[in-house]
Amino acid sequence: MSVEDVRVTVTRIYEDISGQSLEEGDILINTLHAIQDHYGNFIPIEAAEVLKELTGTPLSKIYEVLTFYTMFSTHKRGKYVVRVCKSLPCHVTGGQAVIDALKNILEIGFGETTEDGLFTLEETSCLGLCGVSPVMMINDEAYGNLTPERVSEIIHEIVSRERSE
Amino acid sequence: MMSKPITVLVSIDSNSLLLGARHFKNYLNTLVENYNLSSMVEILETGSFGDYGRGVLFLVLPDDVMYSAKSEADIEKIVLEHFLKGRIVKDLVIAEFDSGGSVEASESSNEERIVLRNAGSIDPRNLEEYIALDGYQGLAKALRMTPEGVIEELKKSSLRGRGGAGFPTGLKWEFTQKVRSDEKFVICNADEGEPGTFKDRLIMEGDPHSVIEGMVIAGYAVGASKGYIYIRGEYFESVASLRGAISKAYEYGLLGQSVLGTEFSFDLSVRLGAGAYVCGEETALIESIEGKSGRPRLKPPYPPVSGLYDKPTVVNNVETFACVPPIIDKGAGWFRSMGTQSSPGTKVFSLCGDLVKRGIVEVPMGTSVRDLVHKFGGGIPNGRTLKMVQTGGAAGTFIKPEEMDAELDFDSFKKSGASLGSGVILAIDETHCAVDIAKNLMEFFAHESCGKCSPCREGTRVIVHILNEFSKGRGTVEMFNQLYDISDTMEESSFCGLGQSVPIPLRSILDRFENEFLSHVNSPVCPVGVCKFDKPEKKKR
Repeated sequence: MSVEDVRVTVTRIYEDISGQSLEEGDILINTLHAIQDHYGNFIPIEAAEVLKELTGTPLSKIYEVLTFYTMFSTHKRGKYVVRVCKSLPCHVTGGQAVIDALKNILEIGFGETTEDGLFTLEETSCLGLCGVSPVMMINDEAYGNLTPERVSEIIHEIVSRERSE
Repeated sequence: MMSKPITVLVSIDSNSLLLGARHFKNYLNTLVENYNLSSMVEILETGSFGDYGRGVLFLVLPDDVMYSAKSEADIEKIVLEHFLKGRIVKDLVIAEFDSGGSVEASESSNEERIVLRNAGSIDPRNLEEYIALDGYQGLAKALRMTPEGVIEELKKSSLRGRGGAGFPTGLKWEFTQKVRSDEKFVICNADEGEPGTFKDRLIMEGDPHSVIEGMVIAGYAVGASKGYIYIRGEYFESVASLRGAISKAYEYGLLGQSVLGTEFSFDLSVRLGAGAYVCGEETALIESIEGKSGRPRLKPPYPPVSGLYDKPTVVNNVETFACVPPIIDKGAGWFRSMGTQSSPGTKVFSLCGDLVKRGIVEVPMGTSVRDLVHKFGGGIPNGRTLKMVQTGGAAGTFIKPEEMDAELDFDSFKKSGASLGSGVILAIDETHCAVDIAKNLMEFFAHESCGKCSPCREGTRVIVHILNEFSKGRGTVEMFNQLYDISDTMEESSFCGLGQSVPIPLRSILDRFENEFLSHVNSPVCPVGVCKFDKPEKKKR
């Protein structure tokens, strides 16, 4: 992707979202979400340059925001970002076994991406789905009442779907 | 809403979806069409019924029968027996929050719904259903009162903030109202991140207009013309629910220029979080809306004086706003007739962990932990024994089973050492080790510390290190005592509530399970068998 492409895309996204603005500066995080959704799980660093020009926010401030929040990534992540809950309600209902299963099946640790570029494994704090814990999210899809067996099924389902495509 | 003879309500909230609610609903739809029942049966989506322990729940009206379905075969049975033959399928019927035969259940308290009055009975995407059940009556009444009158009514109701701190809402609004400013803001804190809490999610997904209505009333009372709902970035369903509801409210003249034909105008917009627990702290949340990283501000000044863009700002929790419309509509006296003297009204509790029935329940303030665990939560599954309960969320207290008579309200922490917090009841059974529980919890705080002040940033790091040593069998008595020292430092010198409240759960679990911690020092293995000791044979005594 060229810098010019990023400029066009980010400008379009920014202008779309500007309609939601009630006060100056109040749409930066919503915009970053939209940029990340567009590029699939990461924000290209060139986008920050473009946002600097569009918003007048200093580049250092934009970088700070990008790196402060755990949902944003400046590195290209896998096609599927697996976020598994590490908080206590999941932990007491078998969460550790689920985390171990994910690490085993994907053969990666937290913050790593599988060699085929399909999966990135991340830990997350409580997702507010404790009624059906332990839980994880894969991109924007949530999965509950997990067991190591169920995790294996879900991951293999995605892998075989990807292979057949 | 009931134009056909039979109406079926199915919960389509985020927790139910994970149990297969959408699939079962589609299957039900297919069967209804296949059996030519489309003119007889209306299938509607609604918010949470509150219970996730027993599969996907379907409420059939007008018979008022609640079914629990776990498979397609169950759905088929309901269609064939109930819809076609009019016979109730007894083995699939469940009573809403029955005591489940638990011997320890008492009859002293029952569910009482104010905040969840509509969740599980209306289609949250249909504004007309909300209006049909007295929706926006509170707003209409408020607009006929003076702003001071609205605040007076709230003060009389003694409504206190449901986010955890319990600050009197009326007083907060009064402070904001009295500050003279060209612009003021109303913010709804929907950054629900307290582990174990999922009530706000279900309020937003089950009855979004109750939150919007509360916010518009707040805007009128304090003189604000703009509002934000700050929702966690991970709450996709809640974001969609609120965005849809807001655009409907604009269509009906409940938001925007001249609300309900009056001179009052109010704009409302959704802002997303992006994965930072600290943004639940109100000034960090304000920073985040302004497009900055979410680090807390020095207080005072408090938001009612100087908040968003340094303007006077009201920040309240989702559940607090949802309490406001019925208080204005039915009066402070009605609200005060429920709950306790110091904490009137109801509280929505999130029941989770080792419980038979996990889910949400709304009960009067002052309900005991015992009732929440045994009566509403159905007790402990798999024949196991309860070891401890954490009440109030990650920053809440751990209590032992013999302390469960503690009645939870905003003063219970002072009275009995059990905190109300955000209304979490996390049950932990005997298979868990106190060291492991403490370690997991403290890792959470270490991860979520924003790094601004050193007591919190370094304190949480050292605590995790020490607990890690305990879990490896390398702990010492000096380390155990050091945990108390760090707690004192963090409590006295952390910059914001996050760091200041870390000692609350830590001390409570250290106090109650001192023996278990120390047995990790003196024993070659973890007494519960959870922690994996590194080199037991070389362990220092």
